[in-house]
Amino acid sequence: MKLKDLAHSRTGDKGDIINISVIAFDEKDYHTLQKSVTAASVKKFLGEMVLGEVIRYELPNLGAMNFVIHRALRGGVTRSPRLDKHGKTLSSYLLEMPLEIEN
Amino acid sequence: MKKTIRIGTGAGYSGDRIEPAVDLIKEGDLDYIIFECLAERTIALAQLQKIQNKELGYDPLLEDRMKACLPYCVSNNVKLISNMGAANPVAAAKKTAKIASELGLRTIKIAAVFGDDVKSLLDFETQTLLESGESLSVLDDKIISANAYLGVEGILSALTDGADIILTGRVADPALFLAPIIHEFDWSLSDYPLLGKGTALGHLMECAGQVCGGYFADGVKKQVPNLGSLGFPIAEINEEGSFFITKLRDSGGMVTPATCKEQLLYEVHDPSKYLTPNVIADFSSISFKEMEKDKVEVSGATGKPLTGKLKVSVGYHDGYMADAQISYGGSYALERAKLAIDIIKERIQSIDLEVEDILFDLIGVNSLFKGSETKASPTEVRLRVAAKTKGRKEAVQLVNEVETLYTNGPAAGGGVGKTVTEIVAIQSVLIDKNRATPVVEYFEN
Repeated sequence: MKLKDLAHSRTGDKGDIINISVIAFDEKDYHTLQKSVTAASVKKFLGEMVLGEVIRYELPNLGAMNFVIHRALRGGVTRSPRLDKHGKTLSSYLLEMPLEIEN
Repeated sequence: MKKTIRIGTGAGYSGDRIEPAVDLIKEGDLDYIIFECLAERTIALAQLQKIQNKELGYDPLLEDRMKACLPYCVSNNVKLISNMGAANPVAAAKKTAKIASELGLRTIKIAAVFGDDVKSLLDFETQTLLESGESLSVLDDKIISANAYLGVEGILSALTDGADIILTGRVADPALFLAPIIHEFDWSLSDYPLLGKGTALGHLMECAGQVCGGYFADGVKKQVPNLGSLGFPIAEINEEGSFFITKLRDSGGMVTPATCKEQLLYEVHDPSKYLTPNVIADFSSISFKEMEKDKVEVSGATGKPLTGKLKVSVGYHDGYMADAQISYGGSYALERAKLAIDIIKERIQSIDLEVEDILFDLIGVNSLFKGSETKASPTEVRLRVAAKTKGRKEAVQLVNEVETLYTNGPAAGGGVGKTVTEIVAIQSVLIDKNRATPVVEYFEN
C-alpha cells in the first residue's frame, strides 16, 4: 500500500521551507497514517532533495498531519535553479511513499 | 449592524482569471470583494518598475480588473479591497479614479493605503536576516526594497472614512479579509479569539479558486467538475465569527471539507501559531462540516496575543539565473543527454566558468524528483542546465555552451532554448510594529 491510497496532499512554500500536508481521505485512517508517516520516514523518503530537518504537526480534528521541511528548495523560490522552484510537485512525490501497515 | 456579511475573493494571485470575479460581484450578493495579488517577490519587481516610471509599480492587471469589475461594484454596492497597489498604491488609486471617470460611474471614494515601505528604517548594524541568520549588512548596496507586512489598521481607517475601493501595498494577506469583518461587527483589536476566526476565513479565502477545487483534482480519484469555469469562493460570517464557505451555484469546481482542509494547511507551518500582524491565529482545533452541497461550515478557529513585531520582506539583487535546454529523442536518448552533461561539465572546468549553484535536470526523468530515476528508457528526454551566477557574463557563457552542443555535442540534439534572467531575491527581517505606521490618502473620480 502507498500513502496515495489513504491520503491526499498539497505543498506550500515560504522561503527555503516547504510544508506538505497529508490528509486522510477517511478520518478513520488517521491513526494508521500517524503511526507510519513520521518526520523520520518522510525525511528518509525525500532523501537527497531535503537538506534540513522535518517537523510533524498533528491535526486529529481534520485527520491530517502537516510536515514542515527545511532546506528543500536550494535557496527558495526567488533564487533557486530548480525547475519547480516552489516545490509544488513534491506532494505528488510523497504520496508514492510505501506504507508498512501492521495487520 | 448587519447580522452577517458576505465576502468574495476576486483573485488569488496577480495573473488570476478575471471572469469569476465579475460573476461574484454580479451574482454573489456580496458586501466585499477582495483581490489578493502580491506574491513574496512581486513588490520588489514593482519597485524596480516604479524607479523606471513613477506612475507605475502597481499590479499589471489593475486596469483590466477595474474596467471589468468597477461598474458592477458600483451598481451592486460591493466594496473592493486589494493589495494591487503593490509598490505604488497612490498611482494605482489615481489610475482607478481615471478609469471610473472614463466609465462614467457615480463618484466613488478610492483609498490608497501605504506606509509599508520601511527601507529607510532598516538598521544594517543590528538587524539579522531570518532565513540565513546573517547580518542585514551583507545585502547593503544590493537592496531594492523593504516592505513590512502591515495589519488591518490602514484598511480600517479607510473603511471608517467611507472608502468604496481600497488599494494597499504590502499587508498581510488575511488582513485584507479581516479588516472589513472587524469594521462591520465593530470587533475589538484585542479580542484575539475573534481575530483568529476572521484570520482563518482570510487564510482559507486568499488563494481564490484553491478552496473551490482548484489545484485539487488528481485526474483519477479526486475529480472536480468544470475546472474551466472554476468559481471563486464566497464566505458568509456573523458577528460571533461563525462562517461558512460556498460558491455560485452555476460555477465550476466544488467546496468540500477535503478542499477546505488542503487550503487550510497551505503555506502553514505550526497550525497552532499562524503569525499575522494582528493576531497569532490558532487553526489546530478547526473542523469542517458539509452543510449542503458546496457549502462548508468552519468552526473552532481561535487566536492568541501578538509578538509586537512585523515581518519585513527585503528584496535585493542576487546575481543571475542561466537556464538552457536541449532535447534528445529515439534510441539512446538518455545516454546522449547524459553524454551532453559530461561535456558541459568538462567545458565549465576547461573555460574556468564560475557558477554559484548548478543543476543538471533530465526533464522526463529526474527534473522534479532527484534520486528516484527509473531504469526505463524514455523515447525523449530534455536536458536542462540551470545555474545561479554572480554576473550576467557567466550566465550568458553557460547558456551559450549548451547551445554549442548543436555542432559539438552528441548526435541529433534539437530545440535549444536559453534564457538569462536577473535574480531579485527575498529575505526577511523583523521590525517593531509601532515603527511602521499606515498612511491613507483618498482620491475621487
